[in-house]
Amino acid sequence: MKDFFSQMQSSWCTSEKKDCKVHIFELVVHLKMEIDELCDEWVPEPLIPKMTDEMRYEPPILESAAGSHTLINGTEVINFASANYLGLVGHGKLLEACTESLEKYGAGSCGPRGFYGTIDVHLDCEARIAKFLGTPDSILYSYGLSTMFSAIPAFCKKGDVIVADEGVHWAIQNGLQLSRSTVVYFKHNDMESLRDMLEKVTKGNKRAEKLRRYIVVEAVYQNSGQIAPLDEIIRLKENYRFRVLLDESNSMGVLGSSGRGLTEYCKVPVGKIDIITAAMGHALATEGGVCTGSARVIDHQRLSSSGYVFSASLPPYLTSAAITAIDILEENLDLIMKLKKNIGTLCRGLSDIQGLEIASDLASPIVFLRLKKSTGSLKGDLQVLEDIAQHVLKEDSVLVATSRRSTLDKCKLPVGIRLFVSAAHTEDDLMKAGESLKRVAALALNGHD
Amino acid sequence: MITIPYLTALTTYFSYGLLFVFGQFRDFFRKIVDWWLGSNLQGYAPICLGLEDFYTRRLYLRIQDCFGRPIASPPDSWVDLVERVSKDNNKTLQRTAKISRCLNLGSYNYLGFAAADEYCTPRVIESLKRFSPSTCSTRVDGGTTTLHNELEEVVANFVGKPAAIVFGMGYVTNSAVLPALIGKGGLIISDSLNHNSIVNGARGSGATVRVFQHNMPDHLEKVLREQIAEGQPRTHRPWKKIMVLVEGIYSMEGELCKLPEIVAICKKYRAYVYLDEAHSIGAIGKTGRGVCELLGVDTADVDILMGTFTKSFGSCGGYIAGSKELIQYMKYACPAHLYATSISPPAAQQIISAIRVILGEDGTSRGAQKLARIRENSNFFRSELQKMGFEVLGDNDSPVMPVMLYNPAKIPAFSRECLKNQVAVVTVAFPATPLLLARARICISASHTREDLIKALEVFSKVGDLIGIKYFPAEPDKQQQDEGRVKLE
Repeated sequence: MKDFFSQMQSSWCTSEKKDCKVHIFELVVHLKMEIDELCDEWVPEPLIPKMTDEMRYEPPILESAAGSHTLINGTEVINFASANYLGLVGHGKLLEACTESLEKYGAGSCGPRGFYGTIDVHLDCEARIAKFLGTPDSILYSYGLSTMFSAIPAFCKKGDVIVADEGVHWAIQNGLQLSRSTVVYFKHNDMESLRDMLEKVTKGNKRAEKLRRYIVVEAVYQNSGQIAPLDEIIRLKENYRFRVLLDESNSMGVLGSSGRGLTEYCKVPVGKIDIITAAMGHALATEGGVCTGSARVIDHQRLSSSGYVFSASLPPYLTSAAITAIDILEENLDLIMKLKKNIGTLCRGLSDIQGLEIASDLASPIVFLRLKKSTGSLKGDLQVLEDIAQHVLKEDSVLVATSRRSTLDKCKLPVGIRLFVSAAHTEDDLMKAGESLKRVAALALNGHD
Repeated sequence: MITIPYLTALTTYFSYGLLFVFGQFRDFFRKIVDWWLGSNLQGYAPICLGLEDFYTRRLYLRIQDCFGRPIASPPDSWVDLVERVSKDNNKTLQRTAKISRCLNLGSYNYLGFAAADEYCTPRVIESLKRFSPSTCSTRVDGGTTTLHNELEEVVANFVGKPAAIVFGMGYVTNSAVLPALIGKGGLIISDSLNHNSIVNGARGSGATVRVFQHNMPDHLEKVLREQIAEGQPRTHRPWKKIMVLVEGIYSMEGELCKLPEIVAICKKYRAYVYLDEAHSIGAIGKTGRGVCELLGVDTADVDILMGTFTKSFGSCGGYIAGSKELIQYMKYACPAHLYATSISPPAAQQIISAIRVILGEDGTSRGAQKLARIRENSNFFRSELQKMGFEVLGDNDSPVMPVMLYNPAKIPAFSRECLKNQVAVVTVAFPATPLLLARARICISASHTREDLIKALEVFSKVGDLIGIKYFPAEPDKQQQDEGRVKLE
């Protein structure tokens, strides 16, 4: 009996096992066939969406340096589209310094800062900028855009809290996204809203005291030309114990009696700002970016900022250009006075333009004109403004810029026409620009008021 | 696949363990001292908490003098290194006025365009005088000059695609283009050893990211099949599009990508291929056109070609090359084109002139000579190093040669000993490489002469014997050693 049962059991087991094996084999074959089917059926979207007319936009092509006057299609044009605030584009001393540098060092630096890409001019430039701004140390980045989006993830990690202005430009937005911290936006340049957000974030949150907390603002906003009220922000920051990250791309060399930026303009000691970043492609007429702050802040970036460690360093001739630009600025403080005067003249000239209003601060070097009455969509607004800009260029030879937005930009501020005022513009240039815009806007926006 | 001998693995682990324990002791004492003296943070959270910067403070600072060495001359084959001293045990370093002339095996100067060049430099200076060092404007506002358009045409022609777009920095090219091409609902499959810029771009895009084992087309196929069958996470809807990111030459391994197989697989499963040729463009291939030319892949099969100008062209910036519609769309959507200052005009001229030299359009055969020389130099150096018994990674024809060190103490030893003998090398450790696999990375240039290479080989042999990094000595008991090995990836 026992033998019979054990035999039954063993034969039953082996046949079960055989069945199992067959089942598993069939299952695997089924799965493979299913996956093959799914792979054959799957059709990807095209790599890029369908081309529309607005995608075919071609910008104007310059045939000479982007100074206050430039050549487009053989005609001389007054240039308000370059952020050449101090008029240093084409300056003799700058060109001399660059030529010397090119002959000595060649064009590129051929390596990241950690691996023989640190040239002595880089160290000189960092020391010079730190001395100019009055901070202990500074660090150079090889591109203006990468400065902010590398500095933010170096300090802000997952779980930290950041309160940022809703009008910050794309580089900052990208940095905030890469940092994976909790980001809270406050209404553009509205201190009440900032206070509310800070209150909300820290209220009753005991854990918040151990977290790193940052406020991110720009000195002069690229998207609207507004100037941040730094003294208010410092008061709030000290109250709630947040660190401040200030982007001074458009204010370095422009605001303040000696061009030292927003801290000088608002009479705030520069040591109170924890991290200041600036792109040098504006007033300093060169390329690259700089970040400055305390020694601890700067040393930390030398190893943990990805745009610094994993990227080639700034070409030496552009670094020499930066040092020379600061030298020129320190010797010619009247450039800043001239720029201020020019801004005033232009704003007066554009004060009663039909259909458009000046949305920027009156001390800002970016004069931002936006539609008084929007067409209802960003695209529609942009179309109208593009029309105005093209007519102004064709008929009156004045080059202005419209604020085009990328599909990835999350900023919801209205679009507008941007005029970058330079210390090299003459009275005539400014008057002509004002008259031209008035005339074209009157034609284009007739009935839109 | 890197095989590390048992004994070496043990000693490496032991060294790191010792450094870790020592560091913890010092941190503990530092905590006591801080508590005693009182903190001066005034209620702010510290910039780095706890173990976040442990590696920096306790390991990296000890060997800080091996990194970030400043130079006072162009990064050519021989370079003037500025000497630095430290008065506080390597915590800070100060420059001195002393300079030492060293053989440069660390800079990315593959074709020798780093220093002033007889054809390129006069043209660069001319364009500097005409266009100024910067346009201070974005490409869409007023930053596009005739030079920029010329550059894009020249690059497109060189690379073999209908159109190209140029940006001012290579890192930003990857970080800003990937989010514009693919977003949420898309899938990115990236090689496990891709560069930080690609990883950042993939993360910033919002797409789901999966990784396939380094340079293994079979694993790539497996991942593709699994992912297409499963669909998006949670919803299981089909993926919108799939993009595979690979590099031409991997800078830490010196290996070439297995491009023909990967392109075949991607064609079969209809995935898009994004090839990053940062190190391979201009340096490999018969006419310097990169890994596609070397491995015989048709450029029309690779959807997006990306590269940088820092390495072989002696300039700065990056490019994307693809179909005309793709480039037009990039000009419309990519943030780096809309918001960043355009590439500096003199740098653009340097690239145009360098490409002309490479193609022989300057009327000389310097370009072809450079390409032949870099190939010869790389192959000669690699074979000699292997004969001497060093463990050298990378494929033939690749100008990047990592030499394995493994042990953390050998990193500064190798670097400092070579410097004493007037040879400047680059050593890389964690976090750029896995913890156990520290290495010295050698970059060969077309401007190195045979004498330079022989001198370097002598110095390496001497230093290698002193430090003990000749892991594969050419001896009959090599078979015995093979048995005592641990396979690591």
